[in-house]
Amino acid sequence: MAIHAAPAASRTAAAPATGAAARPARRRRVDATYYLFLLPTVALFTLAITLPAVMGVVYSFTDSIGFGEYRFIGLTNYAVLFTDPAILSSYGFTVGFALVTVLVVNVVAFLLAIGLAARIPARAALRTVFVLPMVVSGIVIAYVFSFLFSTALPRFGSALGLEALQTSLLANPDLAWTAIVVVTAWQAVPSALLVYTAGIMSIPDEVYEAASIDGASGWRQLRTITLPLLAGYVLINVVIGFKNFLNAYDVIVGLTDGGPGTATRSVAMTIFSGFQGGDYAYQMANATIFFLIALVLALLQLRLTRGRVAVR
Amino acid sequence: MSRRVDVPVTATLLLCTLAVLVPLYVTVTMAFKTGEQAVDGNAFSLPSPATFDALAEAWRLTSFPRAFTVSVLVTLVSVVGTVILSSAASYAVARNWDRRLFRWSFFYLLGAMFLPFPVLALSQVRLTGLVGLDNPAGVAILHVMFQLSFSTLLYTAFLRSLPAELEESARLDGATTWQVFWRLVFPLLAPMSATVGIFAFLASWNDFMMPSMITADPALQTLPVVQNIFQSQFSSNYDVAFASYLMAMAPAIVVYLFTQRWVMSGVTQGAVK
Repeated sequence: MAIHAAPAASRTAAAPATGAAARPARRRRVDATYYLFLLPTVALFTLAITLPAVMGVVYSFTDSIGFGEYRFIGLTNYAVLFTDPAILSSYGFTVGFALVTVLVVNVVAFLLAIGLAARIPARAALRTVFVLPMVVSGIVIAYVFSFLFSTALPRFGSALGLEALQTSLLANPDLAWTAIVVVTAWQAVPSALLVYTAGIMSIPDEVYEAASIDGASGWRQLRTITLPLLAGYVLINVVIGFKNFLNAYDVIVGLTDGGPGTATRSVAMTIFSGFQGGDYAYQMANATIFFLIALVLALLQLRLTRGRVAVR
Repeated sequence: MSRRVDVPVTATLLLCTLAVLVPLYVTVTMAFKTGEQAVDGNAFSLPSPATFDALAEAWRLTSFPRAFTVSVLVTLVSVVGTVILSSAASYAVARNWDRRLFRWSFFYLLGAMFLPFPVLALSQVRLTGLVGLDNPAGVAILHVMFQLSFSTLLYTAFLRSLPAELEESARLDGATTWQVFWRLVFPLLAPMSATVGIFAFLASWNDFMMPSMITADPALQTLPVVQNIFQSQFSSNYDVAFASYLMAMAPAIVVYLFTQRWVMSGVTQGAVK
């Protein structure tokens, strides 16, 4: 621990053009330590991520059932995939669910961010509460909501005499997906809210002051200043959110486990079904298609965020 | 300009906090109810009498000490592994950006962004089984690998903003690359490591998909996974189930309350700019 930042910095003046910068023409030798820092990680990554990815694509062209012998059958799995009602319905559900959830999450997060930027007391405490759902385990909070939807709400409905509430939302094939949207949104609003808050803070106060002097109302300022200036942030939240919601799994397992019937089976759940019933290679093909969709969305996200990614 | 409090907005926001607080309130109150009161149909009542019986029973049914230990170990390896591997790799990349190998390795590591777990699950489960990593150790390694792209991005951006003069003068004093990194650069990375570490913690602690798929032995499952016994075997013991949910979510909430500054800045650093 002999190196301290301050004295080291003061000595830089005494070390002028003697370093690598002095002879840019010659390629400098790379210290072996740098290879030690990078290559084991790259090797591990190749074994843990790249190898399974390649293996998945290769198996998708076979009739493997997960063990034993198998043959290459070309594009057969893919051809079947596009006409399989179970697969098509899982994509239909997942995409529809992701679209609705993106809409709900962004409307709620945007309004909360605007609200938190207003003249309010205890701003920090309110923000702490609104961000909290982000740190709660998805499966556990889904179990909690499952109880609320299936037991607490119906009894509450009976007590109030409200017929619509009296049966469990989760047992209704046409409405169970709304419960999944609610719980997913509950978890996803915080990160979208934080992104919008950063966006709002990036707008200089002077813009609003000038607008106030010109007599623009609060609503008008929101419509003509805040919303257009946050358009880029909306786009980022929409793309990131959509990409994440396509992977929906935990919350669905906790709420409906894909039911009633197969009404809420997501793509991730169908892929995992490849462990049973001899569908191994077939679901590998499904995973490969799913990967291509994720790839397009990730490239879109990279473009929008100019090289940065977001966590959830 | 007036500095008055905006009353309608404040009232609306307070009302909105109920959406967050009510599910948590139900979890806490149910955990302290008696078995009899838990099934009486009123989810929103306070426990009377309040009892620790449900917590004790949940502790026993989920083998809490064992599941908690597995969760802690997986999370610990995942956090330490993510911070060390991604900071060292980022340092190598950032300081050798003119070299093709380093530049390409960086983009290669970012590739995991395109590969969510469901895409890789079928092969990963098979491979971890083949090499004897169908256990919490395998889960921890995969957690580190899936965190690499995000963490490497954050670290390299931060490393580019560090002045090169600091390192150059340390080298003139005879420090090796190894020493420069561990004694000078790594401590300077501390704020970024806090953000990277907290996200690795949350992703690992709360994960359900990977441990439930990868770990073959149910006795070695993490806390989120063992909660499923209340969906099957003990599905009507609401008080015990909620006591168990409370014990599973409490650690992450406590960590969040102390580290929210880094949690919040991490989201914006990741998404914005």
